[in-house]
Amino acid sequence: MRIFILFLLAGLSLHSCTNKKDPKLPILGNREPVQREVDGKTITDTIYQTIQPFSYLNQDSIPVTEKDFDGKIYVADFFFTSCNTICPVMHRNMLKVYEKFKGNPEVKILSHSIDIKYDLPSRLKNYATKLGLSGNQWEFVHGSTDSIYKIAARDYLVAAYADKAELQGLVHQGWFVLVDKNKRLRGAYDGTKEDQVDQMIADMQILLNEK
Amino acid sequence: MRNSILYFFICSFSVFMVFESCQSEQQIKYARYYVNGKGLYEKHCQNCHNSDGTGLKSLYPPLTDTAYIRNNKNKLSCWIKYGQNSKIIISGKEYNTPMPANTQLADIEIAQIIVYIGNSFGNKLGYYDTSEANADLKNCSFKKN
Repeated sequence: MRIFILFLLAGLSLHSCTNKKDPKLPILGNREPVQREVDGKTITDTIYQTIQPFSYLNQDSIPVTEKDFDGKIYVADFFFTSCNTICPVMHRNMLKVYEKFKGNPEVKILSHSIDIKYDLPSRLKNYATKLGLSGNQWEFVHGSTDSIYKIAARDYLVAAYADKAELQGLVHQGWFVLVDKNKRLRGAYDGTKEDQVDQMIADMQILLNEK
Repeated sequence: MRNSILYFFICSFSVFMVFESCQSEQQIKYARYYVNGKGLYEKHCQNCHNSDGTGLKSLYPPLTDTAYIRNNKNKLSCWIKYGQNSKIIISGKEYNTPMPANTQLADIEIAQIIVYIGNSFGNKLGYYDTSEANADLKNCSFKKN
């Protein structure tokens, strides 16, 4: 009996160790196995889905590309400045993320506007200023309809499109998508829910510690 | 002796009950408006103005400036129904994000929202009846159709 308890305790402590010491975030999205030959042996690699190159204009009318996110983790979302449904809630929560990682050179935020017609850089600048933001750690970007809707669906796996039946004419989901330094998807969180955003902040810390 | 004390208590309790029910006629109405107003606030206002009425930075104004709310009590109905597009200054801060109209709201719903806002976030406006909303809405200076 005593030995059993000892084993149980050992098992428990081991279990808690492995859990606490090295938490890891899953890699999301599509993946495909690729076989190649190294030193005469065939090995199988997995190629994960990554964010493809892009080029947009930010709130300062400066081009922003995927290179600006090299070696950084970032959170991406889709919104528009005149949206009065989920966007205020999302960005109220995103502000919390921003405050948490403010000034950290390894963390960025990328908000894509899906209102291509009205959300020109000047309007995005106005929006960012009203949120009390300066600098470019949090980028608000303007791009063509095609590229924004396409990157939403294909790379970030978020639905965003125009729909005339909708009151404001645009439909989008409130996901915050967490991208790692290798541009792989590592998490998706409902940006309208405070507890999920808190979870994301914790996960971002894990991702920053990842080598 | 014991019976008379009991009798006294029963009597005073029933008097209290009668008095209470008379008084709460208005209170029930207030409570009903407040509860319905809370639901409507969550649906139509909370996204921008936040659950605690603090708004969002300089983007959306707070509803916590009790003096401002009190001084503009008769304009609230118009703002809720027809939106608000002019620049306003609250607690020394400037706000110019357009507020969308909610023309689908009935007068009673507007009154309920005002009872909720007017008695939350530090405000103490008291009761605001549908008839008051009706009267205020006739005097909107920026009516949109």
